[in-house]
Amino acid sequence: MLENVVEIKKLWTVFHNGDKVSVVHKDLDLTVVRGEVLSLVGGSGSGKTELLRQILGLENPAKGSVTVLGKPASELGKRGAASRVGMLFQQGALFSAFTVLENIAFPLRELKVLPFELIRNAAMVKLQMVGLSADTADKMPSELSGGMIKRVALARALIMDPPLLLLDEPTAGLDPESSDSFCTLLRALHKDMGLTVVMVTHDLDTLFELSTRIAVLADQKIIINDVPKEVVAFPHPFIHEFFLGERGQRAMELLREYPFTV
Amino acid sequence: MAILCLVFSSFTFMDASTPLIEQQDTPEGRRLSLLGAWTASSLTAKPVWDALAAQLKSLDGVANKGAHWNLAQIDKLDYLGAQLLWSHWGRAWPANIEIEPGPRAVLETVAGFPAATVKPYKYNWTALLGGLGNRLLSFFDHLKSLVRLIGQLLLDLIRLIRHPQEGPWRDLSGHLYQIGATALPITALVGFLIGVVLAYLISQQLRQFGADAFIVNILGISLIRELGPVLAAILIAGRSGSAITAQIGVMRVTEELDAMRVMGIATGFRLVMPRALALAVVMPLISVWTTIAALLGGMLAASAAMDVTPAFFINALPAAVEVSNLVLATAKSVVFGLLIALISCHYGLRVKPNTESLGQGTTASVVTSITVVILVDALFAVLFKNVGI
Repeated sequence: MLENVVEIKKLWTVFHNGDKVSVVHKDLDLTVVRGEVLSLVGGSGSGKTELLRQILGLENPAKGSVTVLGKPASELGKRGAASRVGMLFQQGALFSAFTVLENIAFPLRELKVLPFELIRNAAMVKLQMVGLSADTADKMPSELSGGMIKRVALARALIMDPPLLLLDEPTAGLDPESSDSFCTLLRALHKDMGLTVVMVTHDLDTLFELSTRIAVLADQKIIINDVPKEVVAFPHPFIHEFFLGERGQRAMELLREYPFTV
Repeated sequence: MAILCLVFSSFTFMDASTPLIEQQDTPEGRRLSLLGAWTASSLTAKPVWDALAAQLKSLDGVANKGAHWNLAQIDKLDYLGAQLLWSHWGRAWPANIEIEPGPRAVLETVAGFPAATVKPYKYNWTALLGGLGNRLLSFFDHLKSLVRLIGQLLLDLIRLIRHPQEGPWRDLSGHLYQIGATALPITALVGFLIGVVLAYLISQQLRQFGADAFIVNILGISLIRELGPVLAAILIAGRSGSAITAQIGVMRVTEELDAMRVMGIATGFRLVMPRALALAVVMPLISVWTTIAALLGGMLAASAAMDVTPAFFINALPAAVEVSNLVLATAKSVVFGLLIALISCHYGLRVKPNTESLGQGTTASVVTSITVVILVDALFAVLFKNVGI
């Protein structure tokens, strides 16, 4: 079985803004191993979401290669892509014209192979696996709360059981309680489905709660990609500010209370 | 032991990961072994699914009631595969089953949730009547808020006259440019072509009666009084009306309207009034511009198709068309402009914060403004039937 789910080699990302050229990533290397929950951390504008989009094949790198599940990322968007990678967008990106169940079933239904009865049942299972009740199925996305939207979007991302799940700020905009329960859900799904997860997050609680590894984006590359304990100890001004500031200290309590099994 | 492999329609698509069922008849009964990857990615390949569905169907018979299900050799089972099996088993565990803990956990998860229930669709006759009533009510609702919008516009105009320094002048000038100046090429082109087409058609008819010179009268009256203003209004309704609805609608979707209200900035004064003023100013100008282009087209076509020279056309035009026609056309255009602006703003402000509503609002806005323009034009034609003809 393939061990490296995502392999990024010598990646360059360059933005052209008029005649100004800004280099976001310079010779960036990153490898995500099967079963990991890797968090991407970095200052704003360091190109975390951009890197996520590169992994999804939504953007093409200026230089270098992005390989996902053994194939170039640009080939990811072919038929049945939902069975290879699932993406949870920051705002959910639910189709507002569809009901919740239709949203979840959409990737399977569009393939036009399986009977609708089976698809509906499969969607129903995913809906309940993300902790929503069966009567949510007929609601429209506009009737849902922020936390429910994230859950429905997660169910949709997982409908074809992809081995790789990408999360963009999974707990941004959620209240602490829904944020905690969302973390618990992600942790359970990661365990049950054997997922490999790559996420971008600013939320330190989420970061320490979920990640088995943390990759820090600074100075246009990944400065360290290691288990949380090692990352926190790494000497770099950004890491110092990010983890050892006042907010960081508070979240670090979590790290000491529940030592990681790594 | 007789090994009886089921017949597959095609072996070309098969590899080690293809999900399939191997059937063995042993003295203890039938033994069904599941092989391959029972995952979403392999099940959704059309030939694989067709073969598997046919096989599962053939296994439905009574002979397989007490069959022994062997899932020990299955490569991979995900939730979709588990759902397929669970549905096939009639949502109950088979009596004899051999399964590893991993796939069992997946199946148990699927088994733990109730099936999707489909609500039977019932035709409701009273809903038909209710729908009609709702439509009527919504028509009055639209009318009410349109009247309110007109009243608000009046109040805003009074405020503008009393405090002209508070007015959104930069906005107004931007709209004048966007709605007016940038529409000049397209309105000129459409006007010119309509003029050419009309002149050719009319000249064919007039030649039969030897009444060539009357083309100036017919073209002059119809273009200046009716077609110029209506054509311009329809083009602007399609071009700028939709843009106004979309702009304001997106502001609703992104909560910008709420932000304005929170800051104490009146949406009527800041959004509706400048657009209404701009359209009221621009519409007559565009209308005159379209009319001139159409007359030019008509004049050239007339000189090409008949012996009506441009010089004669220009000389005869003032005598054929009274000035009151131009006044009427200009007044009409101001009303068209105001109506287009108000209807577009009305639909824009009613957009609900989702993409579907935005699309519906924009469509409704364009259709309504074009319809209203034509209705009002007919009203003008009836009211002023004695003026200028």
